[in-house]
Amino acid sequence: MTDDLLRIDGLRTVFRTHGGEIAAVDGVDLSVPRGRTLGIVGESGCGKSVLSLSVMRLVAHPGRVAAGHVALDGRDLLSLSNAEMRDVRGSQVAMIFQEPMTSLNPVHTVGFQITEAMRAHDARASKADLRDRAIDALKRVRIPAPERRFDEYPHQLSGGMRQRVMIAMALACKPKLLIADEPTTALDVTVQAQILDLLRDLQQETGMSIILITHDLGVVAEMADEVAVMYAGRVVERAPAGALFGDPMHPYTLGLLGSVPRLDEERENLLAIEGSVPPPFALPKGCRFHPRCPFAVPECRSEQPPLRPIAEGHQAACLRAPVEAFAA
Amino acid sequence: MSEPLLDVTGLAKHYPVREGLILAKQVGTVRAVDGVSFSVKRGETLALVGESGCGKSTTARLVLRLIEPSAGTIRFEGADVTRITGAAQRAMRRRMQIVFQDPYASLNPRLTVADTIAEPMAVHGIGDAASRRKRVEELLSLVGLRSFHAQRYPHEFSGGQRQRIGIARALSVQPDLVVCDEPVSALDVSIQAQVVNLLKDLQRRFGLAYLFIAHDLAVVKHVADRVAVMYLGQIVEIGNKADLFANPRHPYTRALLAAIPHPDPQRRGQVKPLGGDVPSPMNPPPGCRFHTRCPFAQDRCRSEAPALRPMADGHEAACHFAETLPPAGLDFAGGLSEAAARRLALYARARAA
Ligand SMILES: Nc1ncnc2c1ncn2[C@@H]1O[C@H](COP(=O)(O)OP(=O)(O)OP(=O)(O)O)[C@@H](O)[C@H]1O
Ligand SMILES: Nc1ncnc2c1ncn2[C@@H]1O[C@H](COP(=O)(O)OP(=O)(O)OP(=O)(O)O)[C@@H](O)[C@H]1O
Ligand code: SF4
Ligand code: SF4
Ligand SMILES: [Mg+2]
Ligand SMILES: [Mg+2]
Repeated sequence: MTDDLLRIDGLRTVFRTHGGEIAAVDGVDLSVPRGRTLGIVGESGCGKSVLSLSVMRLVAHPGRVAAGHVALDGRDLLSLSNAEMRDVRGSQVAMIFQEPMTSLNPVHTVGFQITEAMRAHDARASKADLRDRAIDALKRVRIPAPERRFDEYPHQLSGGMRQRVMIAMALACKPKLLIADEPTTALDVTVQAQILDLLRDLQQETGMSIILITHDLGVVAEMADEVAVMYAGRVVERAPAGALFGDPMHPYTLGLLGSVPRLDEERENLLAIEGSVPPPFALPKGCRFHPRCPFAVPECRSEQPPLRPIAEGHQAACLRAPVEAFAA
Repeated sequence: MSEPLLDVTGLAKHYPVREGLILAKQVGTVRAVDGVSFSVKRGETLALVGESGCGKSTTARLVLRLIEPSAGTIRFEGADVTRITGAAQRAMRRRMQIVFQDPYASLNPRLTVADTIAEPMAVHGIGDAASRRKRVEELLSLVGLRSFHAQRYPHEFSGGQRQRIGIARALSVQPDLVVCDEPVSALDVSIQAQVVNLLKDLQRRFGLAYLFIAHDLAVVKHVADRVAVMYLGQIVEIGNKADLFANPRHPYTRALLAAIPHPDPQRRGQVKPLGGDVPSPMNPPPGCRFHTRCPFAQDRCRSEAPALRPMADGHEAACHFAETLPPAGLDFAGGLSEAAARRLALYARARAA
């Protein structure tokens, strides 16, 4: 049995809207082993951020977690009091976002923001002690001249440097789980490579688990031990990274793989997936991918395929996977 | 040899940086584009690639004459674009169109799709209302939209659909050159692929030339015939796609290529980050602008700026040591796994059926 740090079961997160209630995350089961990285991929609007906010219990009104369990180290986060959850957030689970500028406060120095984050969990530490620890934290995320950066404001830093500061703040309280929601999407590719490298090193040092959310298949292939592919609020395929790329099962995963241009292959045309992702208020019945799926058969329109085991450690939510079994 | 459609020499755009509200004293200059030369032939795609702030969009705006150059010439079919005025300038404007990155910001929310697409025709006085309506119908079908879309407003469309509207609008006046400023960067991968396929298809059908701006080298490799790599307002390497990807000679091009994670976990760990950050274009480093981040920098690089020079295969690079650098050690073999390739073929077949 694997030693899971986080287990998510039957998670359903809904939003109340004018048109009624929509489920942005609709029945998701996932787990993250200790010290490992789970990659979550999927296109815009498929529920990646809502899923991670649900784990953090940061879904804001009019949203709420309507069903399911989230267990960290066996402890059900959804039944904690707000005060208990605040404590978990600082000390056991931390999150970083795509745009560090919006999560950093522009009117305070970098040092002030890191020491405040630390003080929230250690009210008795002295100012000098906090300063030393903050500078250490900046060093750990390899910010050059951390003593000087401590007194600078966010706008004085480059995008990559700001993301490092966010990581330093997130890791200041040594969380067991780091949720990184598109941490490199806003960054240039050379800076992205620095940040990915840093995350990998920090994981080795601390043994933390990581949930890495991205729409970039290259980034998941580089970082994730296991990958979950999401489509329209559900996980449609789950597998170890090697199997997901080497033996992709779900037609949506195939469509994604065929859509990305590759440096290692010339193709006249990209595969592309026809149509676009349905909005949560207009989800098709049956398999949510069926209007775009070239393999769809009439059953796909009525039955919602469950995630089922299809090979060792490999699950897909498709009535017809693997597709060659049906190709005549 | 045929004359290039677009020929740009020594193009520069310097922005004064002022400080102080009342006196607004000039305290420096942003060298957004600083001496760029390239040409685009009829029907070909030249990609401009480089990281944020290197001057790609400024170059695009200069080419389209949306802003005035600080120096340099822009020739379109041999005529100096910076000198012509009046009717000749309007005629030239029609032949160069643009597709923007942000399909949300670039369309006027108060215009219907039909009016959006027809606007350039109206501006250039092409046809009458009836013939424009007919042309809008044609264009909608050309970019994969339906005729009932004509009376709708941009907010009713997804990002990919808006980008199609932007493309239809650009094509409405039958341009020879379309400047595409990151046309797919804001789109999801499946939609990005649709739009890239559409752009390539339209190019084949109408012999369009593209100045295609992107920061994703994999997209560039897929769409371009030739590639120019920019760093801090200058071109550091330019040439045929095949030569440039097979044998990148500039350390920055190599660093860009080495930083891309491949969608293949078997090649995990090959990504090599480039140290440091891009310096400010207000104070570009002396000598070679890349020397602050270059692993091969020598004393000479800190004082003497390298010029673009032809390499053995004909493509050009601006590095003093381009010929003697160690092998790049980039591995582009691999491709899709056998199972993935097999299933993708089934996917394509099922869709065609
Ligand atoms: N406050 C809200 N009210 C209503 N719907 C919401 C709200 N927040 C999110 N949603 C919906 O939930 C769905 C999932 O959104 P989410 O932000 O999780 O997507 P995502 O996968 O993170 O996308 P992206 O890649 O664009 O970040 C979307 O369709 C979105 O419109
Ligand atoms: N109007 C302006 N005034 C001052 N500086 C400017 C102006 N427009 C652009 N710049 C600066 O010129 C440089 C080049 O900008 P440009 O928009 O051309 O870059 P880019 O390569 O298109 O970047 P991105 O990939 O982020 O779109 C940047 O440093 C930018 O801040
Ligand atoms: S269940 Fe049917 S529609 Fe859904 S992915 Fe599988 S084949 Fe396609
Ligand atoms: S000229 Fe020198 S610093 Fe510039 S790229 Fe070549 S080796 Fe590097
Ligand atoms: Mg998101
Ligand atoms: Mg730009």
